[in-house]
Amino acid sequence: MLSNLNLRATVLSLVMLVVFLGVWQLATAPEVLAPQQGEPSEYEQLMGGGSDRSSSSGIPAPTQVFSHAFGELSNPFYDAGPNDKGIGIQLAYSIYRVLLGFALAALIAIPLGFVIGMSPLLNKAFDPYIQILKPISPLAWMPLALFVIRDSNMSAIFVIFICSIWPMLVNTAYGVASVRNDWLNVAKTHQLSNLRTAFTVILPAAAPTILTGMRISIGIAWLVIVAAEMLVGGTGIGYYIWNEWNNLDLASVIFAIIMIGIIGFLLDASLAQATKFVRYAD
Amino acid sequence: MSKGFLEIENLSQRFPQPDSSDLMTVFEGVDVTINKGEFVCLIGHSGCGKSTILNVLAGLATPTDGNVIMDNKEITGPSLDQGVIFQNHSLLPWLSARDNVMFAVRARWPDWSKAKRREHAERYLHMVGLDHAMDRKPAQLSGGMRQRVGIARAFAIEPKLLLMDEPFGALDALTRGVIQEELLKIWSETHQTVFMITHDVDEAILLADRVLLMTNGPHAQVAESVTIDIPRPRERASLHQQDAYYPIRNHLVDFLVNGAKEMSAKAQAAAARGDNPRHSPRIVNPARPETNPEPGPRMVRAV
Repeated sequence: MLSNLNLRATVLSLVMLVVFLGVWQLATAPEVLAPQQGEPSEYEQLMGGGSDRSSSSGIPAPTQVFSHAFGELSNPFYDAGPNDKGIGIQLAYSIYRVLLGFALAALIAIPLGFVIGMSPLLNKAFDPYIQILKPISPLAWMPLALFVIRDSNMSAIFVIFICSIWPMLVNTAYGVASVRNDWLNVAKTHQLSNLRTAFTVILPAAAPTILTGMRISIGIAWLVIVAAEMLVGGTGIGYYIWNEWNNLDLASVIFAIIMIGIIGFLLDASLAQATKFVRYAD
Repeated sequence: MSKGFLEIENLSQRFPQPDSSDLMTVFEGVDVTINKGEFVCLIGHSGCGKSTILNVLAGLATPTDGNVIMDNKEITGPSLDQGVIFQNHSLLPWLSARDNVMFAVRARWPDWSKAKRREHAERYLHMVGLDHAMDRKPAQLSGGMRQRVGIARAFAIEPKLLLMDEPFGALDALTRGVIQEELLKIWSETHQTVFMITHDVDEAILLADRVLLMTNGPHAQVAESVTIDIPRPRERASLHQQDAYYPIRNHLVDFLVNGAKEMSAKAQAAAARGDNPRHSPRIVNPARPETNPEPGPRMVRAV
């Protein structure tokens, strides 16, 4: 019954994909019947509307996107100068920045969250700062980061750091603070030291919540890196999209959008997999 | 009175009340002596402070007054000398049954090798009949099996005093009966000193050497210490055929239905007069009423 359900869901998904691609293909097909009325407008000229490479709307047809994607993916790591690198290299830059910023954030947020979670005093003392800093758009930090760090690459990593830190901090503190009293009593009646209690009782008990925070963080980090790279430029998938927009190469833009989705999915799935190892049924 | 293994001396617990500056006295003046190897049950209505007494013995709660001395040392905090079995098993859900017991064994004997810890843990899991379920996590065990793991964990650290807070309260009657007999078996092999809270009169008669009866709160007291004069080994199936069974059972039920309330009223009146509440429980043997002392002077005192 379950495999039957999976099978039916897969079929339905494929049907949706085919319909979507079909509508897209039809909508972007050249309008053979309608004759051009006079000169193309200024906007159409800017958008490449007058040129022969485009379809009626300027949006590339799915077939164009796929043939472009095939070309890019068959040679993803070529490097022909600052403005012409393979999609693999651009994605690698973005992933590197996200992972580095995320790792630095985890290094600070998880121990700090642990301490905050264990101490009601620190919890209350830190709370106003966390509540005010958390809703700040990470990109708002960018000018300050550029001024202080004076390095665009490091500034992008800092922005990732600052946006990843809050979900991990808040979730770790919450997970640690809500460890069941029964389990803490078990640690007490077994005379465990504070350190042993932290590692053998509180950490495993809070691990699923901490991992959830990490999963939220990496999702946000991947959202933010595209915008950050559009600002700082140079390398990365965000810069790639902006560069291809300036080249009016919408097939590349659409291809990059799809790749961002796929990598984001893989980052999330890998942390979801990690969550399985620490999850426990209660 | 000679010094026993466990001396509870003039124990009182008072809590601040939300809408009054007066303290609310849960129980007071509790004086109880427990001998080594004794199995003692404590029965009383909800809210009389049974669990607080147990938590004080476990070192998890601090009494307002009085102290507890075990083996000539005052109990000031939780330790491995007091094993605790809580009502809600409190196993660590991310560890298998074996690892839960090994966790406790490691805390008790940190320098043991892993093989030795494992062997020790498995011996106690075997005693509670869980040979086939050692690798399962608590969520994969039935309620009765979880409580068995809790019992194995508590016995495995060989504490000086074993504390149980309604350990079978959440179990169905059939499972409860089976585990009670297992508990009796382990206890007869190890002769732990046990202090157990229960609501179940039959459970107390089956297990205990002595049953302590508590009056209702506030100002609750341990009023009686009822000797369970039934020879061991006891079996659930034949327990009610013992001559002593019905006198004891009637006495306990009568206390819970009538006595607890009446004595509670007297205790509250005495507290209002400002009498010293400290007193030892009256020792009663319902099976041999001729040996029972007259009720203490405090209980019959004219008002």
